[in-house]
Parts: sequence; structure tokens; C-alpha cells
Amino acid sequence: MSILVDKDTRLLVQGFTGSQATLHSEQSIEYGTNIVGGVTPGKGGQKHLDIPVFNSVHEAVEAVKPNASIIFVPAQFCKDSILEAADAGIKLIICITEGVPTLDMLIVKKKIDELGVTLIGPNCPGVITPGEAKLGIMPGSIHMQGSVGVISRSGTLTYEAVKQTTDLKLGQSTCVGIGGDPIPGTSFIDVLKMMEADDQTKAIVMVGEIGGTAEEEAAEYIRDHLSKPVISYIAGQTAPAGKRMGHAGAIIAGGKGTAADKIKKLEECGVHIAENLLQIGSKVKEVLG
Amino acid sequence: MNLHEYQGKQLFAKFGLPVSKNVVISSADEALNACRDIGGNKWVVKAQVHAGGRGKAGGVKLVSTPEEAEEFANHWLGKRLVTYQTDSDGQLVNSILVEECTDIGKELYLSAVIDRGTQRVVFIGSSEGGVNIEEVAKKTPEKIIYEPIDPLTGPMGYQSRKISKVLGLNSDQSKQFSIMLPQLTNLFMSNDLSLLEINPLVITQGGKLHCLDAKINIDSNAVYRQPDIQKMHDPSQEDPREAEAAKSDLSYVSLDGNIGCMVNGAGLAMGTMDTIKFFGGSPANFLDVGGTATQERVSKAFKLILADPEVKVVLVNIFGGIVRCDLIAEGILAAIEEVGVSIPVVVRLEGNNADIGSKILANSNAAIVSLNNLEEAAKKAVELSK
Repeated sequence: MSILVDKDTRLLVQGFTGSQATLHSEQSIEYGTNIVGGVTPGKGGQKHLDIPVFNSVHEAVEAVKPNASIIFVPAQFCKDSILEAADAGIKLIICITEGVPTLDMLIVKKKIDELGVTLIGPNCPGVITPGEAKLGIMPGSIHMQGSVGVISRSGTLTYEAVKQTTDLKLGQSTCVGIGGDPIPGTSFIDVLKMMEADDQTKAIVMVGEIGGTAEEEAAEYIRDHLSKPVISYIAGQTAPAGKRMGHAGAIIAGGKGTAADKIKKLEECGVHIAENLLQIGSKVKEVLG
Repeated sequence: MNLHEYQGKQLFAKFGLPVSKNVVISSADEALNACRDIGGNKWVVKAQVHAGGRGKAGGVKLVSTPEEAEEFANHWLGKRLVTYQTDSDGQLVNSILVEECTDIGKELYLSAVIDRGTQRVVFIGSSEGGVNIEEVAKKTPEKIIYEPIDPLTGPMGYQSRKISKVLGLNSDQSKQFSIMLPQLTNLFMSNDLSLLEINPLVITQGGKLHCLDAKINIDSNAVYRQPDIQKMHDPSQEDPREAEAAKSDLSYVSLDGNIGCMVNGAGLAMGTMDTIKFFGGSPANFLDVGGTATQERVSKAFKLILADPEVKVVLVNIFGGIVRCDLIAEGILAAIEEVGVSIPVVVRLEGNNADIGSKILANSNAAIVSLNNLEEAAKKAVELSK
């Protein structure tokens, strides 16, 4: 088993004919992902990468019955694309795009919660279940089917954690990039809940970073609800206050959201801390014995 | 993106909020006219910089003659104001706000932020104004109210009454506030703000609510759809290297160490800084060169890093995902040649074709140390920085 995506996932790509979507769709297909269709308004009826293109998500749903969607459209159109997919009945939506206005996300988040839709991202690398399906922009080659669930606010840091657990032959169950924005569609807690219920996952790596209090909230959830070991690394221990560190959500504001606070809280709640990003893999190995 | 106080007050006025009569000047000889236009016999002059703590630093003054206002402008215009919120260089003062003096009865606090926990715009109010709100939150949390606004309904009357109660308003002031709250929400939503702070919001001796200060931050992701806000951008308030980086679409933050960092991905860039510190070094910057580390972007990144005279060594840390490391290696070499890098460069490449990439770097004539392992690369960079 795994979470969110597997070999039965039927994927729709929104913004399909753009250059990034094309590149990453090719990679995903090569990995074995079943892409059943794409959407680019105005290009319906064409074929792209030998896959049918539709003018709207509703038309695509009617014709090829996708059960997940991945979004590559520019930031200013993401609100529309996410709500379109949700309205068409798709229950898993992954938004890769960076730069979505925060006030757009306030509305989107409220709406998808109402409709019972899972949104991963925006500003994220996507989701991969190694050996089954890759819905995102992560390099497939570093992954290996295995027992470690990975959740992260950062793309390249996820790859580090993945590479280390692959090198140690632990492998991954599912890796979920929840994204670096202040209002993510899915939280650490949402994914922790799924991974706790997943048989394949034996340990969970949670990669956090400065900004907000999502890690602190996750820490309490782990203490109260998780039986599986969680190993955490928090990036930004040397980040100055008040400066946005790349990600829109990575900012220490009003003295809140420091790495030190997060690490302290996680430790108090029984989470294993990888002091340095180089130690993520070895820490998992140590905890699993 | 941040606004100056005077720009914030222009927005306040546009949305019907009560602000003092004011004139903004950019040269001292405008001061006399400004005071005359405003009228009265007392004025407040305020240096305009993107930082708080101006009063304590001497950047705000009550004056009782236009000549004093002129003197203040003469003193500050073109100088840098150093406050507890700025670095030791301070921020350039290139405009002064001249305001009519307000008779203050009581100082309150009001702000609105996008709260990540509740995923709502939340209004924060307190009867304790003009002071550091974080201190109030710590010492007397009962004096603060947090009221989330539902994005579908907007602020409701009962919410206005709830906030009024904590602010300690009488029934007339509470009525005034019930008009202000929707105006503030409208201002927040229609301009894509991420922060709006009025500290202090005052009750005048005449019993009127009045916005004495205005601090506004705009969501950078949404500036593209705010043409009026774009015109308010003041690059003089930004770190010159950070502003330069932003032009090239690179994410850069300058720090005070001596190891220049070039990394792909924001999280890994922070992780690399932490790793340098872990091994006893000190990072000179945060720099996310982006997912596609092309020659063009790498060249720009090198130029930015080398513009910092403190930098003694550059650590390049690239996790090549989709992009092949051999292509990245060639890009790095070409960039080093183009920019003329003369200090040592330590490169760590990982991912697709990392071995080939490392060989390309090792066989070049440039002063590059190429290592696949981040631990070794970080240690090497720290050693070279000493």
C-alpha cells in the first residue's frame, strides 16, 4: 500500500502543452505514470505526447475519467484551474506552480475543504510513490520502493532526504511535497494521518523550515496520535529574522517561526531530530534499528 | 513589498479612513509651504523609511515653527536613519512626512494579518497602543483580541462590536469603528496586503478614532496585479544586492559571513547555510539559483556573490534533479570564465550524471574543488574561508 497515488492513478495535466508541463509529463510517463489526458483551453481535440488534449477539465473528466490532476498553469490562473478541477469532481489536485497570491489561496482552501478535495501545494514538487506513479517534478531515479514516508515543505531538501534513505537501502513508501507557501492545501498533519494508517510506511521523515507554526502543530499531533517514529530536520537555523528565504512561507515574523522553537517543540513531543541535513538518512536507520 | 507611511496613509484616505492632514516633501525648501498649507501652529515631521523604531532614533519630531520643520528636513534628507529594526547602515531618508499635530486622548493598537493557522485574515486589536504588541501579547494576553474574518462573508457587525469592547471604545466610538472595519478589510483585500498595522490608532481628545501611523506590506506574489502599488515601490529602501537579484529573478539575502553560497532550491539553500555553520564556518548569503541552473543564471549568481567584498570562497551546491549534472557543470565553468572568478570555488553536484559533471569540473583549469559529498564540500569551503 502507499498513500495518495499508486499504479491505478489516472492523471490529468492542466496546462499540458506548456514547456514545463511537457518536460515533466514526459518524465512521468517514462516513470510509468498513467497520464490519461491534458487540458489547454483552445487546444481541445489535439494530441500532445500522444495523449488527448481537452478544452476543459469537465470535458476531460467526461471522456477519460481521471482521478487526479496536476497543475502547471501560471500563478495568476491557478485559483481558476484548482477550482475548475474541484468543480469537475476531481478529488486529488496537485499544484506545482510557485507564486500564487496568498489571498487567492484563502478562498481556494475554504472551497476545497467544503468539497472534500485534497490539494497538494501550491509551490511544491508533487507526490511520488516509488515504483508506482510519479505526479510531480522530482527526479524519479533517486527513489526506491521502501518503508520511509517523506513529507516536506521544500523540493530539493526532499531529494536530499530521499537520496539518503535510498543509499541506506531503506527506500520510500510515498513522498509528499506540501510546498513552501504560507497557506498550503495540505498540512503536515493531514499527511501524517495518512501515513500512520499506511501499512507500508514504517517511519516518517518530516522536513520543515522556518516560518509559521505548522511544525509545532504537527509535533503535538505526533505526540497525541502517532505510533510510528518520526524523524525531523528543520532548515533555516542560520536564517535572519524578518527576511523571506526564497519560499513565500519561509520567514521569521514577530519572533515567531524560528528553527530553534520548532526543534524544541518537536523534541518535547518525542520526535527524533536530525541536527543536520546530512544526518537524515542515518537517523532513520538508527531509529528503525 | 513594503510601503512608506505616507503611501499607506494615501491608501487609508482613499478608503475613507481618518488620517491627519499631511504633505510629503522630498526637499527641505518645501517644508515652509507644507506647514503653511496644513495650517495650525504645531506639526509632526517624520522621516520616511521602511523600518519601525523611528521615534527613538530621532526620526520623528514635534515642531512648533515651520523653520524647525525645515531644519529637521535639512538634517535628515539624504542621510541614513539607523533604528533597532535596521542594520548598522540604516535606511536612506528621501522623503519627510509633515503632518498636522493630533491631540491624543488614548493610544490603541489595531492590525490585520494573514494568519497561517486559521487561514483567514485576522484583525488584532488591543487597548494598549503605541507599544510593542509582542510584549503586550506576552505580558497581558487578555488585553488582545484576535478576530478572524470569513473570506465569504467579510467582517460582520458583531465582530466589530467584539473588537470595540476589547479596545475599550464608548458607544459613539464603537459606531465609528463599525464603519472603519469594513473599510480596512476592503483595503486589505483589494490591494493584496499581507500586513496592515495602525500603531497607534488613537482616540483624539475630541473623542474621534484616528489613524496616527500606517504600516503596510503587500504580498509579493500579487504585486503583478496591483499597478498602483507597483508605482509606490521604493528600491532605495532595499539592500542593493537583494534588489539586483530580484531583477534577475534570483532569491538572495545577504548575511554577514564570508562563504558565498549558490544553491538550487530555497530549502536546500537554507540547509547549506546551516551545514556551513555546523562545521564552524559562516555563510555570506542565501541564494536560490532556481531549478534550472543555466549558465546565464549561474553567471548572474556569481556576480552577485562576488559583489560582496567579504566573500573568500564560494560553495556551489546543486542537486541536479531533472537537469543533468554534466550540463550544469559546463554552465558553471562557462560562468566562471565569463565572470572571471578569482577566489576558490567548491562545487558539490548530486543527482543525474553527477560523476560526469564532477569529472568535467576536475579536469578544467579553473580553481575548482569538486566533491560529490556535501559534508566534504562544506568542510572544504569552511577550511578555505579561514
